[in-house]
Amino acid sequence: MFVTVELTNDVLKDMHRCMVQIRRFEETAGKLMEDGKIPGALHLYVGEEAIASGVMAHLSKEDQITSTHRGHGHLIAKGGEFDRMFAELFGKATGYCKGKGGSMHISNMDLGMLGANGIVGGGPPIATGAAFSNKFRKTDNVACCFFGDGASNEGSLHEAANMAALFKLPVVFVCENNGFGEYTSQANHQAIVDVADRAQGYGMPGVIVDGMDAVAVFEGAREAIARARAGDGPTLLECKTYRFYDHVGVRGMGLSYRSDEEVEFWKKRDPIDQFEAKLREQNIMAEAEIQAVYEQVAAEIEAAVQFAEESPMPDPSTITEDVYA
Amino acid sequence: MADQNNKPRQLTYVMAINEAIRTVMQEQPNAFAAGEDIGGAGGVYGYYNGIQEQFGTDRVYDTPISEKGIVGLGVGAAATGCRPILDLMFIDFMGECMDEVANQLAKMRYMFGGSATLPVTLLTMAGAGASLAAQHSQSLEAWLCHLPGLKVVMAATPADAKGLIIAAARDDNPVIVIMMKTLLALNGEVPEDSYATPIGKANIVRPGENYTIVTWGRMVHEAITAAEQLARSGLDAEVIDARSLQPFDTETVIASVRKTHRAMVAHEAVRYGGLGGEVAAQIQELAFDDLDAPVARVGAPFAPVPFSPVLESAYVPNAETIVAEVRSQLRIEG
Ligand SMILES: Cc1ncc(C[n+]2csc(CCOP(=O)(O)OP(=O)(O)O)c2C)c(N)n1
Repeated sequence: MFVTVELTNDVLKDMHRCMVQIRRFEETAGKLMEDGKIPGALHLYVGEEAIASGVMAHLSKEDQITSTHRGHGHLIAKGGEFDRMFAELFGKATGYCKGKGGSMHISNMDLGMLGANGIVGGGPPIATGAAFSNKFRKTDNVACCFFGDGASNEGSLHEAANMAALFKLPVVFVCENNGFGEYTSQANHQAIVDVADRAQGYGMPGVIVDGMDAVAVFEGAREAIARARAGDGPTLLECKTYRFYDHVGVRGMGLSYRSDEEVEFWKKRDPIDQFEAKLREQNIMAEAEIQAVYEQVAAEIEAAVQFAEESPMPDPSTITEDVYA
Repeated sequence: MADQNNKPRQLTYVMAINEAIRTVMQEQPNAFAAGEDIGGAGGVYGYYNGIQEQFGTDRVYDTPISEKGIVGLGVGAAATGCRPILDLMFIDFMGECMDEVANQLAKMRYMFGGSATLPVTLLTMAGAGASLAAQHSQSLEAWLCHLPGLKVVMAATPADAKGLIIAAARDDNPVIVIMMKTLLALNGEVPEDSYATPIGKANIVRPGENYTIVTWGRMVHEAITAAEQLARSGLDAEVIDARSLQPFDTETVIASVRKTHRAMVAHEAVRYGGLGGEVAAQIQELAFDDLDAPVARVGAPFAPVPFSPVLESAYVPNAETIVAEVRSQLRIEG
């Protein structure tokens, strides 16, 4: 039988470290983009770190995830290496996708990360397929599908969720509800407040957790993943969250489609600040230990950026490679 | 407005699109616009800026991220008396709504024995060159031109962006207007009045005597640059901006080839199975005896659009690709 992950101090420390890694990675990527070193579109995950770290705490390499256009955090939490990630964002040959995918398609099959996705709503059917495969191959692995509130309006989610419930597939649909699809607020893109309400219509449990609280996400995910591994079918896990940055790129404040007060309100609930306060309060990590995490992560990032900068560009002869097996 | 020297007014491609949509909304009381982030945000590329403010939320709709829903909404509304302007942010998202486009929008009139009329204008953005990788950079005009019932146009200049959108909206058929993301900042002369660029009519943008380049979209500008380079080797190339891909102005192309005797079709889309094959076939069917060389084709390699700028710039055809292809076709040295 499978084991569920318990919320030990080590797990809490791992989750903290994971959130710090994501935050620093994204901050650095944002700066590098502004410096013109990263081409294309970057959708950053700052503010939403608790979700990736809380869910991924339960997953092994053999479990799969599907991600979104906002995918760096998911890959980091699944074990992605900074150096190959930065290299990919730079379009270098040493990147996870040999420079062919970039931010929007960053992936690593060995880590069970079935790709960021440029198509909103691209993930749910693929995660359902991975879950089908897990069941078909008689493993007890689970697929977790991350998608936004905006993506919940794509027909692909409806088809995938219905099929997953019907076939009792080991998949968890994790809605990262940050209140916006691009520049359109949730109130202007759907007539419901809780995406989890949809679960009933598919015949699966719908659970809502505070997506700014990694422990709440961890607990919600534990139950959903246990249910999936036990063969009892999918769950829709909605995490209420907020993105601190703009839809694309960095600028978080002074935007026309949301008020600075709203941003401030959510920033007071910063998932990392809240988590660290608890760690200190409960004497799980002392301040010095927390600071050491930041220092380590900063060093890792610095080395990774250097690796990416020094890596070679892909050769144009590779353009027609990897089209077919 | 024209300035004191009466110089014709200049407008960017993006502002020409904006002006066209405003014109259509003014002229057609039954027109409404619907798409993702076109209202409050003015569209991700800004061509809807101010349009919801001007025409109100009753006529300009921010939709959910539901492409199948958007196009279906347009089909049903058009069939019952509206004139929808739909927005599909990137042509790559055609996959999300292809049933509505291919099986409903394109075929409804025919299947119903001509009783349904579908005056839908579908605006969408195509093309590579912005490091947006495989799912945001495609040129998929060939998918659409293969579907009887649709009209497909592609704007290479600000003036045509405006004129083609107005023409599309006045047409009683579904018209897909493909715009190019790398041309958005392009400045050009754009008349202030309301005018339609005729659908089905190509534009000779550079007259020439002894070579014909048929092209569309961003590649029109690359072809003009190429023609200037070729002029130094004694070739005087005529550049034809097809503009309308369905219906296609075969007549203008054939007349040119009869004069020049040598031709190329150049597009940004993948060469294999691209529309260039159709055009080349038409030329050899109708002007075989006039040809001094096989019709050349330029297009992208048979691969998705890569992300890395070094790969992308080697992937996307340009003036150099055209010149090199002409040289090899005509066996010109150096
Ligand atoms: C099929 C498709 N439609 C539209 C887009 C353009 N687009 C990219 S991200 C986005 C918003 C997605 O919102 P949500 O799913 O809530 O995720 P978030 O960005 O908030 O993380 C849109 C509309 C797209 N990439 N794919």
